[in-house]
Amino acid sequence: MRFLLVEDNAELSASVAARLRLDGHGVDRAATLAEAEDFLAAAVYDLILLDIMLPDGDGRDFLARHRQAQRETPVIVMTARAAVRDRVDALDTGADDYITKPFDFAELEARCRAVLRRKGGSAQTQRSYADLMFDPLAAHVTIAGEVRDLRSREVRLFELFLNAPGRILSKEHLCDRLFSFSEPVTDNAIEVYVGRLRKKLAGSRARIETVRGLGYRLTDG
Amino acid sequence: MALSLRRRLVGQLVVLAAGLALVLYIAVRVGAERASQATLDAVLGAAAQGLAEEMRAAEGGVLFDVPPGTFSMLAAMGEERIFYRVDVGGQTVTGYPDLPLPRRPPTALAPQFYTVPFRDAQVRMAAVARSLRIEGRATPVLVALGQTREGQEAIAAQLGNRAAALGLAVFLAAIPLALLVARSLTAPIDRLAESVGRRGPRDLRPVRHPAPQELAPFVTALNSFIGRLRGTLSQTETFIAEAAHHIRTPLAVMRNEAELALRQSGEEETRARLRGLIRSADDAARSAGQLLDHATVLYRADQAEWARLDLAAMVRAVADRLAPAAGMKDIELHLDLASALPCDGDAVLVEAALRNIIDNAIKYSAPDAAVEITARAMATQAVVRVADRGRGLGHVTPDRLLRRFRRGDNVGDVAGSGLGLTIVDEAAVAMGGTFSLSPRDGGGTCAEFCLPLASA
Repeated sequence: MRFLLVEDNAELSASVAARLRLDGHGVDRAATLAEAEDFLAAAVYDLILLDIMLPDGDGRDFLARHRQAQRETPVIVMTARAAVRDRVDALDTGADDYITKPFDFAELEARCRAVLRRKGGSAQTQRSYADLMFDPLAAHVTIAGEVRDLRSREVRLFELFLNAPGRILSKEHLCDRLFSFSEPVTDNAIEVYVGRLRKKLAGSRARIETVRGLGYRLTDG
Repeated sequence: MALSLRRRLVGQLVVLAAGLALVLYIAVRVGAERASQATLDAVLGAAAQGLAEEMRAAEGGVLFDVPPGTFSMLAAMGEERIFYRVDVGGQTVTGYPDLPLPRRPPTALAPQFYTVPFRDAQVRMAAVARSLRIEGRATPVLVALGQTREGQEAIAAQLGNRAAALGLAVFLAAIPLALLVARSLTAPIDRLAESVGRRGPRDLRPVRHPAPQELAPFVTALNSFIGRLRGTLSQTETFIAEAAHHIRTPLAVMRNEAELALRQSGEEETRARLRGLIRSADDAARSAGQLLDHATVLYRADQAEWARLDLAAMVRAVADRLAPAAGMKDIELHLDLASALPCDGDAVLVEAALRNIIDNAIKYSAPDAAVEITARAMATQAVVRVADRGRGLGHVTPDRLLRRFRRGDNVGDVAGSGLGLTIVDEAAVAMGGTFSLSPRDGGGTCAEFCLPLASA
């Protein structure tokens, strides 16, 4: 997916962009509203991540203009102001969702997915592997014409495998990506979800192999 | 409270009216007495003069005819008794010799008037003098004519009663008039108070209501106070926003960097440290958020007026907002909401309360669980019930959990500040509602948030 990140704090902007790129997303960074307008005039984005306090104006003004110009690109506001009123305000002025800094990237992804789903999604997000089609927005896989619904964690787990097909992913790595850091996780928790995903993929050539002592790997055939 | 202006005004006007009525009574009474006295005196004086003028010197004495008109004129005045005394050369020749004379006897025909007690009555006297040549000598002749004034007194008393009645009537008429005047005078104050009282909770514009000149200093003082209050409030809000910004932005950088490092590090010991770092950043962010939420709730809770809002719609909005967070743990939010639940409250307070309740339910639920959220009208209350299959309340009584910074005894492994439920409770109480926690049948917790339904 292609993101426009509008954030004036250089460090935060760099680390958010780095994190998004690590997941294979394209990111353009704007530090001001003026820069953001320039980027929007030149390219098409799937999502805009917008900070509220910017040096050349209030992100809410940008939102108002964005909506007035009837641009369809969904906007997720990143706010540092936890004050409830800002949250209410941001949504009133036309943001599709908001996320409070600091945020969990998994949650940001989940919110992006939810927003894109509400907006009607796009065919581009569909991915194919082996003999199956995977639609992370609709949260289902299609195997031999049969549509199987996936739950949120199954979607995220499958995405992790699809981003690195054939590579061995350690249990710890998967745990870190799948669970929030503030929730208690037992050792076999990841096995439960891998087991579920295998069941959903049953009948497909795509398989999740256990590599003893190392982790799991997605293979075709 | 100090004595009301209106009462004070009415009181003063009534006292003034009473004074005026009294003055009126006295003036009428004295005036009437004086007028009738003057009339009667004129008649009496004329009669005395008439008598004196009729006197003629005769042989060896004085001769006089009582002019026939004289007494009938006096008699016409009513049932009065008449006394007279005629002295010639210092000797009483006719009439009552003991009828008192004025202290300074008259020397001319101009009557001298005086009042004396005589024969059990107050007698009004007129005395005149003239000189008569008797036997070649000028002899002083004195005529004193007296008349009781019982009739006049009766008339004066009657007049006085009328004056009293008139005064009383004036006084009685003054009371409603005073009330009317006081009301019309205090009406601008009432209208001003009403226009200030009618304002919404966030309305801190200066008062522009037209006010009489005398109230202008008050309105000016009020506006300057509103200005200062607005300054303080906006400073508070700005401070909260600034504080949040300055805490959360570096925390976000820290968390992101730690997450990136975690992705790139292969060393398990370092990874464990990084996880700890992320947890701490989350904890700090959460605590900062709740402290600021709590401050917001406290300073918004004082307002006396609320806006009409639909609690069911707000539950739906908050649940929608939290659904992705719940989805992270594969937790489903089951909504069963009434179509509309009109309540009077503050959207910010309600949002904070609902978010904390639902967030709590998600936080303490196991993965793959469901959280049941219902919103219904029950009698006079709108009841939002959030039921989870989480770890329950442990051994702590629900009341203790609502206290500031108090957490359950079974939540050590979950991040939390101990402020969430306090925020919910304070928000509910501020809007006249209630919040309670109870164990759910079959395990878990049931949180109930109630607000009074707004009357249609």
